[in-house]
Amino acid sequence: MNVNQSAPPVPPFGQPQPVYAGYHQSSYGGQPGSTAAPTPYGAYNGPVPGYQQTPPPGVSRAPASSGAPPASTAQGPCGQTAYGQFGQGDVQNGPSSGVQMQRLPGSQPFASAPLAPVVSQPAVLQPYGPPPTSAQVTAQLAGMQISGAVAPAPPASGLGYGPPTSLASASGSFPNSGLYGSYPQGQAPPLGQGHPGAQPPQRSVPPQASSFTSPASGGPRMPSMTGPLLPGQSFGGPPVSQPNHVSSPPPQALPPGTQMTGPPGPPPPMHSSQQPGYQLQQNGSFGPARGPQSNYGSPYPGAATFGSQPGPPQPLPPKRLDPDAIPSPIQVIEDDRNNRGSEPFVTGVRGQVPPLVTTNFLVKDQGNASPRYIRCTSYNIPCTSDMAKQAQVPLAAVIKPLARLPPEEASPYVVDHGESGPLRCNRCKAYMCPFMQFVEGGRRFQCCFCSCINDVPPQYFQHLDHTGKRVDAYDRPELSLGSYEFLATVDYCKNNKFPIPPAFIFMIDVSYNAVRSGLVRLLCEELKSLLDFLPREGGAEESAIRVGFVTYNKVLHFYNVKSSLAQPQMMVVSDVGDMFVPLLDGFLVNVSESRAVITSLLDQIPEMFADTRETETVFAPVIQAGMEALKAAECAGKLFLFHTSLPIAEAPGKLKNRDDRKLINTDKEKTLFQPQSGAYQTLAKECVAQGCCVDLFLFPNQYVDVATLSVVPQLTGGSVYKYACFQVENDQERFLSDLRRDVQKVVGFDAVMRVRTSTGIRAVDFFGAFYMSNTTDVELAGLDGDKTVTVEFKHDDRLNEENGALLQCALLYTSCAGQRRLRIHNLALNCCTQLADLYRNCETDTLINYMAKFAYRGVLSSPVKTVRDTLITQCAQILACYRKNCASPSSAGQLILPECMKLLPVYLNCVLKSEVLQPGAEVTTDDRAYVRQLVTSMDVAETNVFFYPRLLPLTKSPIENTTEPPAVRASEERLSNGDIYLLENGLNLFLWVGASVQQGVVQSVFGVSSFSQITSGLSVLPVLDNLLSKKVRGLIDGLRAQRSRYMKLIVVKQEDKLEMLFKHFLVEDKSLSGGASYVDFLCHMHKEIRQLLS
Amino acid sequence: MATYLEFIQQNEERDGVRFSWNVWPSSRLEATRMVVPLACLLTPLKERPDLPPVQYEPVLCSRPTCKAILNPLCQVDYRAKLWACNFCFQRNQRGAPSPLIFLYVVDTCLEDDDLQALKESLQMSLSLLPPDALVGLITFGRMVQVHELSCEGISKSYVFRGTKDLTAKQIQVSVQLVLRFLQPIHKIDMNLTDLLGELQRDPWPVPQGKRPLRSTGVALSIAVGLLEGTFPNTGARIMLFTGGPPTQGPGMVVGDELKVPIRSWHDIEKDNARFMKKATKHYEMLANRTAANGHCIDIYACALDQTGLLEMKCCPNLTGGYMVMGDSFNTSLFKQTFQRIFSKDFNGNFRMAFGATLEVKTSRELKVAGAIGPCVSLNVKGPCVSENELGVGGTSQWKICGLDPTTTLGIYFEVVNQHNAPIPQGGRGAIQFVTHYQHSSTQRRIRVTTVARNWADVQSQLKHIEAAFDQEAAAVLMARLGVFRAESEEGPDVLRWLDRQLIRLVKKKTFMFHLRRSPFLQVFNNSPDESSYYRHHFARQDLTQSLIMIQPILEDPRRSLTVLQPVLLDSSSILADRILLMDTFFQIVIYLGETIAQWRKAGYQDMPEYENFKHLLQAPLDDAQEILQARFPMPRYIHTEHGGSQVSQLVNPSQTHNNLYAWGQETGAPILTDDVSLQVFMDHLKKLAVSSAC
Repeated sequence: MNVNQSAPPVPPFGQPQPVYAGYHQSSYGGQPGSTAAPTPYGAYNGPVPGYQQTPPPGVSRAPASSGAPPASTAQGPCGQTAYGQFGQGDVQNGPSSGVQMQRLPGSQPFASAPLAPVVSQPAVLQPYGPPPTSAQVTAQLAGMQISGAVAPAPPASGLGYGPPTSLASASGSFPNSGLYGSYPQGQAPPLGQGHPGAQPPQRSVPPQASSFTSPASGGPRMPSMTGPLLPGQSFGGPPVSQPNHVSSPPPQALPPGTQMTGPPGPPPPMHSSQQPGYQLQQNGSFGPARGPQSNYGSPYPGAATFGSQPGPPQPLPPKRLDPDAIPSPIQVIEDDRNNRGSEPFVTGVRGQVPPLVTTNFLVKDQGNASPRYIRCTSYNIPCTSDMAKQAQVPLAAVIKPLARLPPEEASPYVVDHGESGPLRCNRCKAYMCPFMQFVEGGRRFQCCFCSCINDVPPQYFQHLDHTGKRVDAYDRPELSLGSYEFLATVDYCKNNKFPIPPAFIFMIDVSYNAVRSGLVRLLCEELKSLLDFLPREGGAEESAIRVGFVTYNKVLHFYNVKSSLAQPQMMVVSDVGDMFVPLLDGFLVNVSESRAVITSLLDQIPEMFADTRETETVFAPVIQAGMEALKAAECAGKLFLFHTSLPIAEAPGKLKNRDDRKLINTDKEKTLFQPQSGAYQTLAKECVAQGCCVDLFLFPNQYVDVATLSVVPQLTGGSVYKYACFQVENDQERFLSDLRRDVQKVVGFDAVMRVRTSTGIRAVDFFGAFYMSNTTDVELAGLDGDKTVTVEFKHDDRLNEENGALLQCALLYTSCAGQRRLRIHNLALNCCTQLADLYRNCETDTLINYMAKFAYRGVLSSPVKTVRDTLITQCAQILACYRKNCASPSSAGQLILPECMKLLPVYLNCVLKSEVLQPGAEVTTDDRAYVRQLVTSMDVAETNVFFYPRLLPLTKSPIENTTEPPAVRASEERLSNGDIYLLENGLNLFLWVGASVQQGVVQSVFGVSSFSQITSGLSVLPVLDNLLSKKVRGLIDGLRAQRSRYMKLIVVKQEDKLEMLFKHFLVEDKSLSGGASYVDFLCHMHKEIRQLLS
Repeated sequence: MATYLEFIQQNEERDGVRFSWNVWPSSRLEATRMVVPLACLLTPLKERPDLPPVQYEPVLCSRPTCKAILNPLCQVDYRAKLWACNFCFQRNQRGAPSPLIFLYVVDTCLEDDDLQALKESLQMSLSLLPPDALVGLITFGRMVQVHELSCEGISKSYVFRGTKDLTAKQIQVSVQLVLRFLQPIHKIDMNLTDLLGELQRDPWPVPQGKRPLRSTGVALSIAVGLLEGTFPNTGARIMLFTGGPPTQGPGMVVGDELKVPIRSWHDIEKDNARFMKKATKHYEMLANRTAANGHCIDIYACALDQTGLLEMKCCPNLTGGYMVMGDSFNTSLFKQTFQRIFSKDFNGNFRMAFGATLEVKTSRELKVAGAIGPCVSLNVKGPCVSENELGVGGTSQWKICGLDPTTTLGIYFEVVNQHNAPIPQGGRGAIQFVTHYQHSSTQRRIRVTTVARNWADVQSQLKHIEAAFDQEAAAVLMARLGVFRAESEEGPDVLRWLDRQLIRLVKKKTFMFHLRRSPFLQVFNNSPDESSYYRHHFARQDLTQSLIMIQPILEDPRRSLTVLQPVLLDSSSILADRILLMDTFFQIVIYLGETIAQWRKAGYQDMPEYENFKHLLQAPLDDAQEILQARFPMPRYIHTEHGGSQVSQLVNPSQTHNNLYAWGQETGAPILTDDVSLQVFMDHLKKLAVSSAC
């Protein structure tokens, strides 16, 4: 840190420090005296605002700035200039745009390679590049660092990111965090000003002061501080207060920043308001969540700094990056859509990077598996492990073996090799594929994975043409396509018996909560019709799947629904300690044969338990029972569990409420993610052995320990759905929609997946919902079209450029109709000896998918902080390696990112500030466990939108235009209060309504006459007969259709309470829980990289 | 003056008591020399239509120190159901009597027609129960199902694994729950009838070469547990209907591999019955718990092979339940026997009583040595309890959980008067039997029987004593002792003991001889189950029936058409021109000699001129019918003729192993058995008796 600071400093730096000092002074000084407000806040506010605003405003410390507030650029004089140059010129606009442009040219980035070296490539922050500009940027960084450095006294702050407590803040605001202490101060003031317009009034010095003071820096300092500062800036006391304010203003950050710095802008407005409801106010008033950063507390360091700095009060230094100048996900996505969405992606060429997941494109299988099945972090693999280690780019493939295809694409052909079974390599057992090399006139073939020469069986013999290809190559899917299926022979079946069709067992919690919430009645009613839509295969008239029913509370009720019965029979098993299945015949039945009895049962279940008083439930025995039932029936299958509460009844798998938020940010935090008891793992193993997949629908009213309950679904390839505080009126659509989809989706059962690779690399690690009993076979009791397995590869030898690297993923599974099959996906990758090739063929979305899964698994065993640090370090290493080896020589202060990875920092930041790695106060332990488990089997498209939500303006484009509007960046700055926006991340869907939306629009969409009449939290839009209403609803439906889970709509009004929730998803902003803003994080990354380079 | 015989019979009529000695030797020494112990057979509930009981149970004042009985001087508040004791002024609640409970435990691993027959019998029995009786249904096969009886729509049952025993606590999840399983018959009559009608065979497939998995042990355990906590000391019958041996879980008697046969006496002697000890222990534990709760367990076992009665016998034996053995539920033997359980007395009450305690009090010169019968000790020590135990001893009180008017206990006494402390001439010893019990009308009743007999000095009054000897009672009492020993000791030892006794008492030899050969002591050619079955009944029947069991009656109705003539129970009686009727208690056999059979074949009975032959043929049938109707359990009825396959039943109820020998030579060829013939036995006996010092 220090280093950097010092380096960049050149001219500008000097200033920054001063600023800080000033800042500190103001804040501190003020605070001490003033209210008792927690120091931290003061600090926070300070920092935050400072941060955002920093860049430009900083300079214009003078009151003048205040005027500037609005436009960042416009602002500060000096600062502005500098800024302007910097931000606009190089950094922001220049680079980014340039980069994008380049990309365009060659669908495949490479072309641009050369460019890369050039400033343009590195999309980004070259800020420093040019003396002035760069300087500024650096300055910011430096400032931050400096503060840190200065901080020495206040060590914590120095660490910036590191410090657990401060973490949130730290990470969040680059500057702020680390610097908070010092940094913020400097900037803080500016921010305050930022608020400018409005806030100035508040300025009342006293309040602010008080709040800040508390912190601590000690009374003594304060005074001194004030002294100096004030003088410089005049703010003296008041300024201090600003820090708080600062935070509040955030939205307009930029301007304010500048202003702030100079003039004590801070002092002005905010103080008073802030101190009380600190964060809230900010949000409320400012809309944008930026303020959140409470972390900043650490700031004090500033004080120390302060002393020294007093003189330099000039705010100039810190500059802020123009958000428009840094790489924009939206832009990248748009560009890719425009460039690659129009033509089909043809898979014939080895090592091609496919279009982004956000682009709609068709795939033509010409020998490599479609990217819908497999995506790789890089399509060009280093030949040696040394290279790979140097680059630190994880080599991973995200595989979705049963992915659903759009109707235009053919599903894999089924190949039948007859009684002898699929043709395979004798040595490595790889399956016949297009890469196998036929030799000796076609009598033998050489395995493309292990090079073993195998005889071609007589019945498979075929002559070769002049190019050495079999003449029937195009008649045989296994010789010409990337993906296809083999019919398995009995040798591939359990116990050497062909499987019988699988079964579905519905297991319904009928305890008090489930009945009272209306769940039981709703579910039973739905099942009556849903059972007609069980998955079928091909053109089958009816599903081969049999069904069974169990209800339970602290005992289990099995039902005999044999078709010959007049009435169903209930059999109660109360011996939950030693679960067994009380009946075989009549439990699993064919739906159409037993329809009358089933209907009668589903009618009676809600009645039977209508008056139940039983509140206790069991859980493990329920799964056990389902598994035993499948075992008794000798088939695979799926359990659908509908469960409401923590299983506290006396039984195996009984759980305690061990939720403890105090563990957050401690070394014991990992226990929150770990299962409470090993019983569930053992149970899961048994389930996997039986091919029993478990889907869990949770309806908790309080803590249910998702971490433990989801163990079995997780290990059996099942899904978990969570509906907190389920109420029929509000949640029925979402639940039923998920249920329908879940029941109807095609599933493969009792599956085993193995990934084979060319000699030289080897699959070493796997992420996803499955179980592994050895190091190579991924066992999946069930696998559906949404589930993804991420596989990491490592070198165990050299690869060579000529042969490339081949992957073959073979999935053995039982289809819905009970047919045993093998699905094969092949993918050929290039190999390289130049690092630049690697960086040119990476896919950031896939990389993020891998890194998120890696990190989310890491929290099971390591403190969250360690996990975060690891991620940051790895990312920095990747980028530093590029900078060092691939980028053209340029100023050390320049941040140069590889074209393919220019979004890595912003996405990584999103991962870092996700609820798992940085929980906000409103995030429950269950939520975190739930998300953690969800992400584990997400595909690339899902992780992409999950971490970087889509924000769509609805009222910007003409009403007639019903296509999806172009997204905007997920930042409060991008919201205009005269518009309506949709935000979705695959799980949540918000409709944000600006406070100044035209009445006509309000009327059209909500059917009420004014903004104030819109019900906050509304989840259904009225069906109105006007274009706008239709368009909005159509868009919502469209978004839902794209996602595997139904997204419940939540209408959020600007400045309403719910907005807090909404702001959590504006991921480019600082988060309430302390997550860094994009800009801050980028700065931080830069700093890390520089450190690595030096 | 009446003869001793008349005296004895009068006493039995009145008191239900028969003593081995009706004049008692006056000292311990003398009594010991008498060989046959002073003992009596007591039928506590002998029907006495002439004794109108008070129409409600005796109501005791609830104050422990008072316990006065409700009497006309008490103030009664009928509305509040309260009464005030006139002695201590305690206010007492008048509780409602609890209803009888019948818990059916039904094996579903039956052949379809067997199951059907059983279902019909059970449905029929519902109509015989008093409307307020509580009934419950447990079915078992591989699993055990406890059926909830009061549900509408979906029928519910609780299912338990058949391989795992549960504690009573686990079973009684809650009293409320248990109450769902036991419902008044009048409320759920229809439900239960339907439920029984829909009862299916155990749905779990039985692979080839296997026995069905039958969880009898757990089913019984659940039944016991169900009643244990909720209805202690209330009249309750657990009725187990089983069609085969328990094959899994606690109480399993044989594995499910058909190739491994169920244990035989041979296996048991060779210590080769691997499940027997464990199973027996399980059922004993259940029996003891049941007895402690005052409930009883009946076993109705119908199967061609053994069903494990040997292991399960203690359940009825200790609780006063019934044991019925048959070949199939689809036989009249079972159907009628079962129906007879619900027979009613002249007041319309079941001939059954529950939860009885029998207390025996004696005058000073006597002590109680023990009792043999369907009872368990209550372990009440007292001054009148002897140190020496005969049967279940060491107590003066016994619990008899289930009893009927014929239930008879053997009670053994010891004369403790010392030789040097003579009893005055004309002195009388007295014994009082106090039986508390729950009448089938659910009233609690007490019957008190007090008897007295003269003391006599052996030296001076031996004649009197001899004259007052009741040889029949003595034989049965000795037999009970023998059977009791046989249950616990090795067969040969018991025989030796019995021989010794006999040698010492050369009085009534044939009883002993037949006892010696009877299935009660001999296990040869009987399965362990059969032995258990015979012994069970022997230990509870009254004197007359017991005698029949020991020495079957063989009669020849030909000689007189009106009175049956007993004939010598020997193969020599089997002649060509005879019609014989034999009653062994368990079987009734009618045998037509060769000539008679030929006549019948020729159709003489249909000719008017031979009407007397027709009567001759008819007479034994009528006679047998009479017996069949009265006896419980209903005997096996066999009608055979010369050369018929069942003919060997005739002379030798304990079928001998040599009976493949062609039967029916005119003179009745000697039957070879592994045992001595009566003639040989008698010869030896005489010789020994003469040479013996005693």
